[in-house]
Amino acid sequence: MDEALQELGAHIAGNLAGEVSGYQVACGELTVTARAEAIGRVLTFLRDDSNCKFTQLSDLCGADYPEREKRFDVVYHLLSPQLNQRVRVKVETDADTPVPSAVKIFSSAGWYEREAWDMYGILFSGNPDLRRLLTDYGFEGFPLRKDFPLTGYVEVRYSEDEKRVVYEPVKLPQDFRSFDFMSPWEGAQYILPGDEKAGGKEPAK
Amino acid sequence: MTDASIQNYNINFGPQHPAAHGVLRLVLELDGEIVERADPHVGLLHRGTEKLIEYKTYLQAMPYFDRLDYVAPMNQEHAFVLATEKLLGLEVPKRGQYIRVLYSEIGRVLNHLLNLGSHGMDVGALTPILWVFEEREKLMVFYERACGARLHAAYFRPGGVHQDLPQQLLDDIYAWTETFPQLMEDFETLLVENRIFKQRNVDIGVVTVEEALDWGFTGVMLRGSGVAWDLRKAQPYECYNDMDFDIPVGRHGDCYDRYIVRLEELKQSLRIIRQCIEKMPSGPVSSVDRKVVPPKRGEMKRSMEALIHHFKLYTEGFHVPAGEVYAAVEAPKGEFGVYLVSDGSNKPYRCKIRAPGYAHLQAMDFLAKGHMLADIPAIIGSIDIVFGEIDR
Repeated sequence: MDEALQELGAHIAGNLAGEVSGYQVACGELTVTARAEAIGRVLTFLRDDSNCKFTQLSDLCGADYPEREKRFDVVYHLLSPQLNQRVRVKVETDADTPVPSAVKIFSSAGWYEREAWDMYGILFSGNPDLRRLLTDYGFEGFPLRKDFPLTGYVEVRYSEDEKRVVYEPVKLPQDFRSFDFMSPWEGAQYILPGDEKAGGKEPAK
Repeated sequence: MTDASIQNYNINFGPQHPAAHGVLRLVLELDGEIVERADPHVGLLHRGTEKLIEYKTYLQAMPYFDRLDYVAPMNQEHAFVLATEKLLGLEVPKRGQYIRVLYSEIGRVLNHLLNLGSHGMDVGALTPILWVFEEREKLMVFYERACGARLHAAYFRPGGVHQDLPQQLLDDIYAWTETFPQLMEDFETLLVENRIFKQRNVDIGVVTVEEALDWGFTGVMLRGSGVAWDLRKAQPYECYNDMDFDIPVGRHGDCYDRYIVRLEELKQSLRIIRQCIEKMPSGPVSSVDRKVVPPKRGEMKRSMEALIHHFKLYTEGFHVPAGEVYAAVEAPKGEFGVYLVSDGSNKPYRCKIRAPGYAHLQAMDFLAKGHMLADIPAIIGSIDIVFGEIDR
């Protein structure tokens, strides 16, 4: 199983030397990393090559890694029903650089790209209909980004005085509770209270 | 007489419409009664499931999956626990696998029954839905007897299932599989050869194989067009390898064929349910890896070791090795996938839910173009959408 995926990965990387920067096999799945601006050629090759035949785009989604310089991943999951195999293609981008749209190659990319734009603010050049999809009409911000709070910024209620739905800032009597489960005996990253006098050394492991 | 310019007419189908199967707002541009353009507005049931999951431990995240496609809850849980187990490298005992498959198939019957009934209702037949709801009620009782809840089961856990099934329950499910075919037979006499039903469905919403693949169709939407693609056969998970069943396929890819495929899948599911009960092995229902699966309460009361594990697993939860996986199951509506990214902590870093109905609904414009307004409910009925999973 893994050898077949390794072979497939080498085949893809060999044919797309300029577009693909690497591949790896983990958990029985093949992941190919590509350059964002060349994603169109990569997907077209994967769809049309006789050893790949990935004729279906199962999924396309974003992922946010704020500590990176290019903070977003765009992840494509492709399926080949003919050869019964799957591949994952990943490209990196940031909030300003658009990724070429895959709509021309797979029609199903349309809504997936809209969702990635809606949730992460990832731009796709060439998508004919890049509107917000899942969030409320007039919503601001990109909710799945890691720096967007879980509670959001506004809440809605029906106002009896104004006879309409009004938007108000979120008011919560209690902050979101984020528990620290790190055991102080197992490599906590901070200095335990009272240990400062010990020269700021990390607690013994 | 002056020139009259004729403008196309826009109507809102929903968000409150009995044939929209939930909160679908479909903006239709009509030329007379012909649909020129369909623009589905979704997200009215958006609850931010993916965001919430990033703030929950793996065990706490699991019940959110019941609330996606609430017509067949356990099938969704299945995809998530499979993804988690793949990252953990966890083995599920045989009995646990059989119970999961048994309940996944009950979920499929639940889903198809509702769809067949409501599809009938969408095109004007009121009797079928009343009949199927009686059967659904019986199946929900089976859900309740297994896990205590009719809908929000939270029964599949990473490592197996929450608790074992009593023999009496298995006997009762088996007894149900003996009475159910009679209902199916009666049910088929209502619609399958019905002239009005055929007029409303044959050659409506036709999808070719290439179009179905291009639009990301899976499940019945793909099989209705003649592709024998079923993840249970093609990429067998759990114990589907031991099961003997067939994949029904359609020929024309229209609403009627999809209806017949679902009808046939019900019978195949029934076969799997019976095989599961007949072959049900004994043994544990859940992995005994105490670093992932909490001990039972009775054990926790007596053993110090078990108490520690119980406390740690229900507060901190288990840590999952860093990595990323995509796990997919053949849910009743199609391929339900979970793309899970772990950073090594006790919470998922990213959890993308690939809902089959999402891909199907986005093709609404392509499916509806050129059809009459009255065909829209038939198409919506046959693509089998539930907004819990589309809006997430």
